[in-house]
Amino acid sequence: MSKPSDLVQGTLDMLILKIVALEPMNGWAISQRLQQISSDVLGVSDGSLYPALHKLERRGWITAEWRPSGNNRRAKFYSLTRLGRRQLEKETANWNRISTAISGIVKLKEA
Amino acid sequence: MSFERWFDTLPLRWRDRFRRKQVDQELSDELRDHLEQQIQVNLEKGMSPEEARYAALRALGGITQIEQQCRDARGHNLIENTIQDLRYGFRQLCRSPGFSVLTILCLTLGIGANAAVFSWAEGILFRPYPAVAHQERLLALAGTARGESEGTGISWPDFLDLQRSSTLCDAFFVSKITGSTLSIGDHAEVTTGSIVSANYFDAIGVRPILGRGIEPGEDVGNNAHAVVVISYDLWQNRFKGDPQIVGKMQRLNNVPHTIIGVTPEGFYGTFVGWAMNFWAPASMEETFESGGYKLEDRSARWIESYVRLKPGVTRAQAQDEITAIATRLEASYPATNRGRNIKLWALWQTPFNNAHTLLPTLEIMTAVVAFVLLIACANVGNLLLVRSFARRHEMSVRMAIGASGGRLLKQLLTEGMILAGFGAAGGLLVAYWCRHALVLLFPARSGIAMYLPGEIDWRVMLLSAGICLVATLVLGLVPAFQARNIDLAGALKAESSGVTAARRKAWMRSGLVVFQVCLSFILLAGAVLLLESLQRIRTTSPGFSTSRVVETGVSLVAGGYDVQRAKTFQDELIDRVRALPGVESAAFARVTPLGYGTYSSTPIAVDGYQPPLEEQPAIDYNQVGPAYFATLGIPLLSGREFTRGDDENAPLVAIVNRTMKARYWGDQDPIGRRLQVKGKWARVIGVAADSKYESMREDPKPFFYVPLLQDFERGPALNIRATVPLQNISAALLREVHALDRNLALYEVITLQEQVDRSTSPQLVAVTLVSILAGLALLLAAVGLYGVMSYAVAQSMRELALRLALGAGSANLLRLVISRGLKLTAAGVFFGAAAGLALTRLLGKLLYDVSPRDPWAFGAALAVMTITTVAACFFPAWRATRTDPARVLRD
Repeated sequence: MSKPSDLVQGTLDMLILKIVALEPMNGWAISQRLQQISSDVLGVSDGSLYPALHKLERRGWITAEWRPSGNNRRAKFYSLTRLGRRQLEKETANWNRISTAISGIVKLKEA
Repeated sequence: MSFERWFDTLPLRWRDRFRRKQVDQELSDELRDHLEQQIQVNLEKGMSPEEARYAALRALGGITQIEQQCRDARGHNLIENTIQDLRYGFRQLCRSPGFSVLTILCLTLGIGANAAVFSWAEGILFRPYPAVAHQERLLALAGTARGESEGTGISWPDFLDLQRSSTLCDAFFVSKITGSTLSIGDHAEVTTGSIVSANYFDAIGVRPILGRGIEPGEDVGNNAHAVVVISYDLWQNRFKGDPQIVGKMQRLNNVPHTIIGVTPEGFYGTFVGWAMNFWAPASMEETFESGGYKLEDRSARWIESYVRLKPGVTRAQAQDEITAIATRLEASYPATNRGRNIKLWALWQTPFNNAHTLLPTLEIMTAVVAFVLLIACANVGNLLLVRSFARRHEMSVRMAIGASGGRLLKQLLTEGMILAGFGAAGGLLVAYWCRHALVLLFPARSGIAMYLPGEIDWRVMLLSAGICLVATLVLGLVPAFQARNIDLAGALKAESSGVTAARRKAWMRSGLVVFQVCLSFILLAGAVLLLESLQRIRTTSPGFSTSRVVETGVSLVAGGYDVQRAKTFQDELIDRVRALPGVESAAFARVTPLGYGTYSSTPIAVDGYQPPLEEQPAIDYNQVGPAYFATLGIPLLSGREFTRGDDENAPLVAIVNRTMKARYWGDQDPIGRRLQVKGKWARVIGVAADSKYESMREDPKPFFYVPLLQDFERGPALNIRATVPLQNISAALLREVHALDRNLALYEVITLQEQVDRSTSPQLVAVTLVSILAGLALLLAAVGLYGVMSYAVAQSMRELALRLALGAGSANLLRLVISRGLKLTAAGVFFGAAAGLALTRLLGKLLYDVSPRDPWAFGAALAVMTITTVAACFFPAWRATRTDPARVLRD
């Protein structure tokens, strides 16, 4: 239940955008995918996922749509918008730049 | 980017705001969906249903918190906050209805007065012609001549040359006011109409609702196209809305005209002041105008015309082009055009209709209503200060529970907006009611429909919105400014406040009252100055007798008379009128003094007088019949009056006025000397006293008279000196005219006093409006004073009670409180007098024979202000004397 660290908070948006970029998904599926790829490392709780989703929706990066899911239910599916794709590209580039720099520093120390 | 996002999320935010329930429902659905799927997974892991449920809830965290976090994540809504503020604001304002109503009333008056005056300015000066297209590009066209007043007419050939040569103008069109006697059935009535160029209706973009407009070519020839377009009002009122009207014949000035069209409702022609009822092509000019056929006469300057610039062309560019054309015309036709130019005028300066007579009044009104608005705002500011004091507690509480300064400011601005919004709406309503009020202030005249419309268009709306915006800021910021001092105020609360302490705290309120008194004083002084002027202008002698002389006219042009018949008719009518009981004398003249008609003007030459180089002395003159001077009561200083003997066969003669004699003959006796008029020499046979000719405000100017029979015009005015009342005259007069010719109609029969009053009606209107508004300002200032004094008394109850307990009498207390009010007034009057001495000069043209610094006016304003102050302070002071010292001191 712990809140993710600041670093993770910043990257959570990027992760969600990345996941949603692959195909429209509902909250549950996104949470499963998050856990599947990173739960242990990032410790994203389901509790922080939904506010993040709503924030991204409000920013116009993802858009939501109610459609039928399995078991005769309707679920809210999120998909990436044009603005979101641009944001994802920007954040990915940013992330790559920073991680390259950091890993460079880390390697420097080891050498 | 940010706009893109704003735009993309618009539907989302819309839903968040207005589909709140649905959005909330969806949020819980979404979370429940998540929970159910988690429970399903847990069940599949082998948990019991209850265990599975708890585990799922644990994993997700508190649903309510998550929902709240999600709502927060969606962001606070500006619209939502505003609506919340609005609701709260309304509640607050309803809680103190006295304050709200008073504030809104003040603003309504302030904004309403401004919007009304602005709508008049808009409707009379800037867009004066309803239904006419592109008025922003319309300019008036008038001739100028060296050595003469500006704004003469233009000749028809010059007009045609302009039309042909100009490249910067869309359209030139003529619209010359004229009148006609319209007899339909057995009812004859004089009505106003225009002589227009054939392109008139196309140029102004007005399409007749029935029939057609005047077509190209119909303004060519002499009496060649007897067609007429009539107004909607005329069609409805006189022709009973006859649907078959087009093609019917109507006699106008005794010439049958075919009615070819009816203009749309709400079109009144192109003349400021009067509504036009018919439009005839210029080819029919001779039927309506005196002075013969003038379409080929370059020296006959009679038309009033307009021009519409092409889009993007400035007035200066067009003026350059027109001056160039006029210079060319001067070179080609020196005989008629020497020293003449043609000038463009903005519509509000048009020299040939009533716009320019109303201009000074409207200018002053604009300043006056601005003052009223400021006074109203000062009142509102005062009310707000009191209120902000009363709301100190509320504000402290809201701040204490965490409202940010910005949030409070927004709330206060919202309340200000509500007040100002109501004020602006009320103001526009006032303006709407008053939009046709201006015409009511003018004396009515029969037969001619006065038309001075106000126009409430987007510009007036914009102005009101602007005032509203400023008011909102003031209304919001004043309490906010006070709210900054909340803690200080709270600290001071415990201390008892005496009159002096209250003064320190209320310096701002006192300042506002001083400001109000200052402005009201200026208005009062201005109103008194105008009143004095009106008084003087109406008691000044115009140089002729006014009460016993009746003036009317018989349009012989309208009757279709030729020159010879007209002369005979005039002689016969004069004989018949003179024989009427109570009539002393009667005389025809071409122009009535102070009327709308313009005098003839001619360059003159005098034996022995060498005009300075470049001066082309052109002097106005009037053609008058025998016994004119006796009839009007203009004294003859020497020589003799015109007689019937001074006819076309006798030697030419003239009578000059005293100013003309002094200028051209000095000390010598002009009688028997020669004067050249229109190229012919005449003998001076008399000298008349100076009188007023065109305006009561004019200075004495050179002027002369020639016999009507020697310079004949068919459309003259009839003046009658009588000892019996006007009503008796007019009935008898009509009988005599009808005895001679049943088809003739008389113009309005009025006394010359009435004529003088009409010519000074702009002054009357200015006095009336400024007085009303000054009274309003005084009332507002009195309310402000009353408020401040009541408040001061309430604040210093303890001190006053103490004084009472120590033996001060009621008179003492009354004096204490009233003297404080008088101090405020004194300060206001001091500043008001200082500003007034500089500002009343702006009344300029409206003042007559009164110095703008007239001590009487300032003294009267001071007296009124002092009385008002004492009245406003009396009730609070009286209340102070009624306090029960024991109770107040115990509390």
